[in-house]
Amino acid sequence: MGTSQIAGLGSAARQSALRQAVEDFRAGLKHWELWFALGWHDVHQRYRRSVVGPFWLTISMGLMIGGLAYLYSGLFGQSLERYLPHVAVGIIVFSMITTIVTESSTVFIGSSRTILQTRAPLSIYIYQMLWRSVLIFAHNMCIYLILLPFFDFRLGWVTLLALPGLLLNLVIGFWIGIIIGGLSARFRDVPPIVSSVMQVAFFLTPVFWTPETLKGREAFVYLNPFYYLLDVIRLPLLGEAPPLLMWLVVIAIASASGIVALIFFARYRARIPYWV
Amino acid sequence: MPSIELDNVSVSFPVYSAGARSLKNAMISATTGGRIGNKANHLVVQALDQVSLSFRHGDRVALVGHNGAGKTTLLRVIAGIFEPPSGTVRVEGKVTPMFDTSLGIDPDFTGNENIILRGLYLGMTKSDIMARMKDIADFTQLGQFLELPVRTYSMGMQARLAFTMATCIEPEILLLDEGIGAGDEAFLDKANVRLDSFIAKTGILVLASHHIALIRRFCNKAVLMEHGRVALSGDLDEVLEAYRGGAARAENAGPSRDPLFEGVVA
Repeated sequence: MGTSQIAGLGSAARQSALRQAVEDFRAGLKHWELWFALGWHDVHQRYRRSVVGPFWLTISMGLMIGGLAYLYSGLFGQSLERYLPHVAVGIIVFSMITTIVTESSTVFIGSSRTILQTRAPLSIYIYQMLWRSVLIFAHNMCIYLILLPFFDFRLGWVTLLALPGLLLNLVIGFWIGIIIGGLSARFRDVPPIVSSVMQVAFFLTPVFWTPETLKGREAFVYLNPFYYLLDVIRLPLLGEAPPLLMWLVVIAIASASGIVALIFFARYRARIPYWV
Repeated sequence: MPSIELDNVSVSFPVYSAGARSLKNAMISATTGGRIGNKANHLVVQALDQVSLSFRHGDRVALVGHNGAGKTTLLRVIAGIFEPPSGTVRVEGKVTPMFDTSLGIDPDFTGNENIILRGLYLGMTKSDIMARMKDIADFTQLGQFLELPVRTYSMGMQARLAFTMATCIEPEILLLDEGIGAGDEAFLDKANVRLDSFIAKTGILVLASHHIALIRRFCNKAVLMEHGRVALSGDLDEVLEAYRGGAARAENAGPSRDPLFEGVVA
């Protein structure tokens, strides 16, 4: 904690807005104990008085994976042994992406009480949201661990590539949180728009189908950013290294969203408390 | 040495109607040159108007004024929550805004867990909090209850916990909006003693309140706000006199606004 600071400056310091934005991100990281606790708190709170706790999410996801895999392996004429790992990892990873994007829209609105009463950096609410999503993802990864002995996931060193994939997803999630979170505070019809987009994205992204089945309509896959965000984590978990192009696309998405988020946050950071 | 310096600070709030909150309308008005339904549903409230104030170490400042005069906004500007679009704010020292002592108290969590969460909100680290845990536990006299969820507490016990947590820090600059509730009668004397020493340790206190007795107890300066402007500032008696004169006039016109309730020590 600094003991001396200059808060809230007028027009004279507009040019340092970018520096203040970056300072917010840095100061937010320093408050890790707070968002660590708040993230846990969120997960606990939803299931505080139930016996299996957050695993309710995992159980319902397990049921969904079982049902989808059984039904669609029949419809697509694929063997369950090959199809189920693809669907299972697809749903686990995509649900994390969906959670991050949809909860981005309530990141500032949902914390308005805290924002108006404490002088914490705004980025802590984004870190809190990401941390919560990772915790839920970790719970759901139990499904993966349970399936491991029964299906051929081709585990190997390449599996570890899922970690940089996850990290890149979180970096993108951070920028998305800034952009969507800020826009939602100002325009209250952004949250419903975001949740409908994510619903459609679930069907348009190869979560439970495979790109190969789309003969002649590959554009659906290759122009869809969610495809890259999903498979950069999914492929390693299925024992395959993501191709170089995929890494490049994901890095490009991270950089582009980062630039937009920085400009947006530098310009509107100080307005967000007025909007919530 | 903590200090607060406000120079020509103005804050205005855009009050958006449902229409102005809509992205669709914003896009339509952008494509039509901004003529449709633009300014008509966008009201601006001038919450602070060219406010210049300066407080030094040892100042105990009462902010008085009608509801909506800009007291809370001023506190939020000093706290650094609102950055004013025009004017400058210079604050030296660590600011602790304490507007709602129940912030961060979750009924489903135990007393101990709530103490930690609340401490983190106040900007403490976990080890800081752990170091004070025993002091807090002793003062609340909640004993074993600290291991039970707060929802099992009586109202008085909840208030004790909130009060003790609020007063366990040593703020350089303390911002209070109304008081800190202390709960049941039995606790009140103890709470008063603790509150006095808590305030005494504070470098600068800014207290927004309608409660004259409270202001007289803690403050040595006052600022009267009217419609977002500083109407009068300086000597406590002089400002309170002016405030009461104005309040008396307003009282003839409408009902009293002093939100006094029992069990409140500050």
